Amino acid sequence: MSKVVAELKYSAEHEWVAVDGSGPAGIGISAVAADALGDIVYVDLPEVGATVTAGETCGEVESTKSVSDLYAPVTGEVIEINDGVVTDPALINSDPYGAGWLFKVAVTEEGPLMSAEEYAAANGGEL
Amino acid sequence: MTENYTALYEQHKKAGASFTDFGGWQMPLKYESELAEHHAVRKAAGLFDLSHMGEVWVTGPDAAAFLDYALAGKLSTVAVGKAKYSLICDADGGIIDDLITYRRADDTFLVVPNAGNAKVVAEALQERAANFDMTVQDASAETSLIAVQGPAAEAILLQLVPAEQHALVIELKYYAAVEVGISFGGAIRNLLVARTGYTGEDGFEIYVGNLEAPALWEALLAAGEGSGLVPAGLACRDSLRLEAGMPLYGNELFRQGNPYAAGLGPVVALSKEGDFVGKEALAALKAAGVGSTIGQKLVGLKGTGRRAARGHYPVLKDGILVGEVTSGQPSPTLGYPVAMTYVDVEFAEPGTILDVDLRGKPERFEVVPLPFYRRQK
Repeated sequence: MSKVVAELKYSAEHEWVAVDGSGPAGIGISAVAADALGDIVYVDLPEVGATVTAGETCGEVESTKSVSDLYAPVTGEVIEINDGVVTDPALINSDPYGAGWLFKVAVTEEGPLMSAEEYAAANGGEL
Repeated sequence: MTENYTALYEQHKKAGASFTDFGGWQMPLKYESELAEHHAVRKAAGLFDLSHMGEVWVTGPDAAAFLDYALAGKLSTVAVGKAKYSLICDADGGIIDDLITYRRADDTFLVVPNAGNAKVVAEALQERAANFDMTVQDASAETSLIAVQGPAAEAILLQLVPAEQHALVIELKYYAAVEVGISFGGAIRNLLVARTGYTGEDGFEIYVGNLEAPALWEALLAAGEGSGLVPAGLACRDSLRLEAGMPLYGNELFRQGNPYAAGLGPVVALSKEGDFVGKEALAALKAAGVGSTIGQKLVGLKGTGRRAARGHYPVLKDGILVGEVTSGQPSPTLGYPVAMTYVDVEFAEPGTILDVDLRGKPERFEVVPLPFYRRQK
């Protein structure tokens, strides 16, 4: 069973959001989604300075078999992207909540987000 | 649709497979990582369950003459022990399936169609059998097929073969088959072993009864433990066959297509004696220059960026639609995206630069000769 991290929030489109109050929110893809996609070979992220809108597409994730849109789970300005994951997209599979994080946003508004329990219940992940 | 399970379903579950529907069969898509499985087949070996493939026996005095009539190739000149890649076409030249036919004796052939087509092929053969003294027997339901593919395949198989029969395996040529004693489950059984495959690597395909299949699978896995053998699913089978430039029925080959556009003209034996199903239509297609001077042709595309073209994506030349991608993926072995596509013949020359519309964004691809990957011999 794919891991679901208790301290994070999750969107229905399988992004996780690390909200730590005042600072920017880290965003990535859940292990459930990474496992379902298969081996990820390419990721297209929003640019630093771009504004992303909760619920709208902001990039792409390509696995060996398919391409999926990346949805922004929050609204705000992108302040940092993870260059490591652009160079080595396999990090999303191997460490989705760590080295495989995607980008950070200065959040002005959160989209509809689920708790880890809710997300795991809906998607079959393991807390 | 009925869900079919192979005799190896429990083995796949135990190995942690995720499953996918393929031609009505629940087949392992991957076990852990499809990329790791892909690389294992190129560098060591992979173990595939191909039990969804069909097995149709054609037996009797007229078997060879019948297959010359029923298929596009000339099977009557295939030597006993050898195999031939062929097509079964309709009267209009459309492709019903591509298949491999093994000659087991003067009057005995084993025809192996694709999973989703096995029934259609068996029925088409039955229909075409009226004037011939032979029988068509569909043994697909009781036959399993296990493939060991990769540079270590021979060494792995030999571990299960009694020493006095090693030469049978070592000397077995590509596209040939032989009965070999294989030791598994506490006994030695004679099984049909073919040196064929769909990965671009050396390898073997072993035909076995459903009841014995699980024990053979376990024995091969154990024999390959020290050589890097891993169970390998359909995801890597697809990326391997694409790199090897092999067409897939349903992607590159289909009922509305024809052998000349698909680059399979040499498989059609127009000059063989007598009539065969599709002969008139195929001769007309060839005479018209389909796939060479008119119509479309199947070509390889090499991506110049990192994004992959996928099936059904439009192919453009200077903004004009000239084709549609049939298969496309990032190539794990080569490190760049590869695809196959039908394009208008004027754009089929290697070196031609085309654009593939990747979800609204055009990306440059270059027409290259197939296959993309060829193993070092």
